[in-house]
Order: sequence, then structure tokens, then C-alpha cells
Amino acid sequence: MSTMGSATPLAKQPSGIAGLDDLTGGGYPQGRPTLVCGGAGCGKSILGMQFLVSGARDHGEAGIFLSFEEPVDDIVANAASLGWDLPSLVDAGKLLIDHVVVERNLIEEAGDYSLDGLFIRLGAAIDRIGATRVVIDTLEVLFSALANEAVVRAELTRLFRWLKDRGVTCIVTAERGDGSLTRHGLEEYVSDCVILLDHRVIDEISTRRLRIVKYRGSAHVTDETPFMIDRDGFHVLPASSLRLEHEASTERVSSGIPRLDAMLGGGGFYRASSILVSGTPGSGKTTIAASFAAAACARGEQVLYFAFEESPSQLRRNLASIGLGVQDYIDAETLRVMATRPAAHGLETHLAHILHEVDESGAKVVVVDPMSAFGANDLARANMLTRLVDLLKVRGVTTMFTTLTNEAQNEAGTQISSMIDCWLSLETIDFNGERNRSLTIIKARGTGHSNQIREFVITSNGVELVDVYTGVGPVLMGTARLARQAADAAEATTRAEAMDSLRRAIERRTAAVDAQILTLRAELAAEIEAIEVELRRAESVESQLAADQEVRTSARGADTSADGGSR
Amino acid sequence: MNEPSSTTGFEAALRDRAQQAYVLRLYVVGLTPASQRAIMRLREICEQHLAGRYQLEVIDIHLQPELAAEADIIATPTLLRLLPEPVVRIVGDLADNHRVLVGLDLRPDE
Repeated sequence: MSTMGSATPLAKQPSGIAGLDDLTGGGYPQGRPTLVCGGAGCGKSILGMQFLVSGARDHGEAGIFLSFEEPVDDIVANAASLGWDLPSLVDAGKLLIDHVVVERNLIEEAGDYSLDGLFIRLGAAIDRIGATRVVIDTLEVLFSALANEAVVRAELTRLFRWLKDRGVTCIVTAERGDGSLTRHGLEEYVSDCVILLDHRVIDEISTRRLRIVKYRGSAHVTDETPFMIDRDGFHVLPASSLRLEHEASTERVSSGIPRLDAMLGGGGFYRASSILVSGTPGSGKTTIAASFAAAACARGEQVLYFAFEESPSQLRRNLASIGLGVQDYIDAETLRVMATRPAAHGLETHLAHILHEVDESGAKVVVVDPMSAFGANDLARANMLTRLVDLLKVRGVTTMFTTLTNEAQNEAGTQISSMIDCWLSLETIDFNGERNRSLTIIKARGTGHSNQIREFVITSNGVELVDVYTGVGPVLMGTARLARQAADAAEATTRAEAMDSLRRAIERRTAAVDAQILTLRAELAAEIEAIEVELRRAESVESQLAADQEVRTSARGADTSADGGSR
Repeated sequence: MNEPSSTTGFEAALRDRAQQAYVLRLYVVGLTPASQRAIMRLREICEQHLAGRYQLEVIDIHLQPELAAEADIIATPTLLRLLPEPVVRIVGDLADNHRVLVGLDLRPDE
């Protein structure tokens, strides 16, 4: 009752490889063996060792590496090249490396036997450090060392049952066979989880892929998935499980060219968007890309610049010549210029390489200059780029690609366009004996962007966007624009001067009339004064006359009023 | 290095070999029927062919796993002939008498 029908999901143990856990939904089946098969040199042992190292380092779980091929010293040296310090893990009691020497062809067989020696050896090792993880690399040596295949097969069946009983999570490696997964059919014994590693050379370029052939009791991605082995181990880059489910950011990041930011409706590109800069050769693609990168560095963001055509020092020199000093950013490792020859890797490796660098550096801005470096402009490349764009978007990375114009124009180009959020087109325009650069925004999702062509001028002080001449007549650029602008300016000056002289005439006339008014006022005042003098004289005469009359009246003694009688 | 001397040397070596001491080590797991069979057969062979000039050690790798690891014993039973050199390794319960004799370099007809 208690145990029946309890449908608990399969317990899984993390592989130590993030991308692989994404494919398997959590890791290897816990307490069961997993078969890892592949050709020589495809990374089987590294995959196994990474499981043990991450177990010891990140989960505190002890592990056994049982090697039938490589001696312990070689294993330790190989791991050191991947940055794994195995001796310290061994000292900490978290790892035990055991090399079993099986001398092929030196064994006589006389009668029946078992592989108890192996069981006891492995069991003792597991008990000694309390191991929960075991890697056996590779069991197939037994087939060549021991002649009695019937015994070996029976014992392997017993071995895997025994491992399951002990509850250890086990990785068993095996060589790839012709027409079968493994040379000796080990897949018959390990049926819980089978992972196939493949190392192919296509067009002289090596490509590593991984496929989960089988995972009993668990959903898993069945596609071939690229992986890479670099200086810190095994990296799987799942792409198939991706959907367009990233959060769309409303944050804007500057393009490094203020005028371009303004054209994009203010503020620049959206964060985590994908930007394509297409243009004819010499139209300034790298300059735009570098301005964008430098602006990000100035904001303190980590930038990865994949330069597939120029070496870092060449890029630095060329940018310095246009006033874009990036040396400080390179010194501070804010700007990391990754220069590789495009032909050095296959598409998958490029993808893996870029993603790995992004994850490692925590870059927020990535520049791929140019994407034409990823080989022929076909659908395979378009698919790879679509995946790259999606993977970078999920990580919140703003990505700028540059490309030659003609590439953006065929069928594959159409597919590329669909994954690009913002497309800047640069063109050089031949006119009037000179070649000028222009910039247009072909599209910019989610922004009210300018539909105008701007002239794109590269000076020793950086990049400037200038309005093209859009007055009467044709659109003009370069010196034609300058000449036309000068002529326009001259005309404007003439018109302004005419207006000024008219304005001055008004002023002069006003001043003259004002002066006349003043004169008249002065005359008026003088006249009034004269009249008043006359008036006063007349008044005084009048009063004199009156006084004289009184005197006369008095003298005559005239009988007058009392008024006069008092005198 | 002339012909006669090397031939006589070879014959001398053959004579010596008949007197050589054998150091044998048999690795088994517990006293299982297979272990017991192997021990019994080996004793018989030794008494028959190597009487008085052999040394046999039986190791139960359950009890002494480190000795098994030293000798890289995977299969059991395993018989090691440590002397005379070179070391010979024979696996199995020694049921095939002929192969054991050939393996130990003891001619079956002796």
C-alpha cells in the first residue's frame, strides 16, 4: 500500500555541465548507470571526470574514477590542463582515482572464472570514501583482455546489477562501434540512459555534437546538440528547447552616437535586442559597432567584441584614428576583443564559443563583426544565427552584427532580417566626384524612429550624423551639400540685410519726426511766453489806469460812495 | 657469438630450468567451490611437476583486497607465476590441465 503506485519522478544527479542538465531535465539518472559512447578523442573521459569533480566540489559527494586505460598521472595532468586540481580532491577524500592495468594478450585462460576481483576492488574503493558517483573508463578493455566473451558478458550483467544495488550513479564509457552504438554492445547492459558523443569533421572543420539516445523514464531533448571542450571543461549548448519567451526590456541603451539615439526615438536601442548594421565595404560598419561598444564600456558594462577580420591591435589603432580610444577599456578588461580567424571553427563551435565567452564574462553587449565570417550565406548559417540571437536575448545581451549589404538581400537574408530587431543600413553614395556615407534606419521594432536619411561623417573626433540637404531640389550630401548650404546662407544674408535697412529707415523717420515735434513744442513755448509777457504788461497798464482814475476822482472831491469818502 | 657456444648455452639453460624454483601465488575469493577446485588442482600439478622446488601462496582477496589491487587482479581465480621470470598470469579454475602446464612452462610430457 505504501510503496505501490507512488509515481515519484525519477531522481536525477546534476552532471556538472549546465547545458547537459537542460537537455536531460536535471542530470543523470540517480543510482543508475549511464552509458557514454563515442569515438576516440571525443571527450568521454572529460565528461565523466567533470561529473566527479563537480560532485566533489559543488555537492560534497565523493566519487571514484576507475580507469582501464590511462594511468593516474596522465589523468591528473589532463585534468590540470582543464583547471581541475585532482590531487587536492583526492587529499580531501572526495575523489579516488584507480588505474587497473589489464595486460592484453598476457593472460592465459584455463577454466572458468568470475570478475570478483573487479567487484571487490571497486567495492572497497566505494566504501573507503563513501562514494556515490562512479566513472568507469572504459570497460571494453575487458573484451580484448579476456578471451571468454560469455564470461565477460555474464559478469557485466552482474556488475551493472551490483552497481544499481549499491545505489551509485555511474558513468560507463565505451568506444563507438561500426553500425552500433558501442563496439561490444555495452548498450545492452546499460539501458537507463545512453549519451552519444560525436566528433565530426565537415568541410575540414571539426564539430562536436552530443545526442541523448535514450533516457528511460524521463523526457529529454533528442536533437543533436553542439558541445565544446575548452580550458575549463565540457560545455553543452542546448538550443532546441528555446522558445520566444524572454522578457522584452523597455530599457534603452545608447548607440554611442547621440544623433542616432535621437533618430531611434530617443535613448538608443532596446536592451537585449538584436541589431544588424549592413553596408557596402568601407561604409563604416565597424565604426558604428565600435561606437556602440565604447558607449557600453563607458556605462561600465562588459563588452565582448568578436573581430573576425581585424586583430585587436589593428582594431585599436583604427579606432584611435577616429577619436575612439578603447585602450583603457581593453586594459580594464571591460572590452574584450576576441579575434579569431573565421575558418578556424565550424558553425556550432562558433556558437558554442561565443556563448561560452558570454557566460564566462557576464557580457551585456556583444558585437559580431562581421557575421559574414560564419561562412557561406546559407540557411544553415541563418539557423545558427537565429539560435545565437535567441540565446543571447535570453541572457539579456544586446547584440550587434555587421554584414555586407548584398548578404542581407537573398532568401537567407530574409530569415536573418526576421530575427533582427533593429536594422541600420549604411550606404556609400557616389555623387559629384566624391563618395559619401549615409545612414538609414530600415526598421526598429518598438520605436518611433526617424525615416530620414542622415549623412554619416567620420571625423578624427568620432562619428557625427548630419542632416542631409533636403531643401528645394535634390537631396544633397558632402561638398554639394556644403556648397548648397553656403549659397542658401548667402541668400538668407541678403534678405536679412534688406529687412534690416527697412527697419533702420523706419527708425530714422521716427527719429526725424520726433525731432520736429520737439522744435515745434519749443517754438510754441516761446510764443506762449511772449504772449504772456504782453498779457502781463497789459494787465499792469490796466491797473495803472484804474489807480490814476481814483486819484483823479479823489482830487475832484467827488461825492462818492463810502468807499471813497474815508480817504 | 658462434653457433656451438649458443647451442650449448641453451641446453645448459634447459637443464637449469628443471632445477628452477617456482614462486606461485593464487588469488581466490573465499572458499567457493571454484576456489577449492583451483587450489586442489594447483597442488596436484605442483606435487607432480615441481616437487620440492615450489612455493605456493593462496590469497583470499576478500580478506586482503590491497594485495589484489597491487597485482591488478580482475578475474578470479588468478594464478601468478612470479618466478621464474617472466611473470605469467593464468585465469580460471585451472580445469584445463594442459593449458595450465603450457602456461607455467612445464612440458606436459615431463
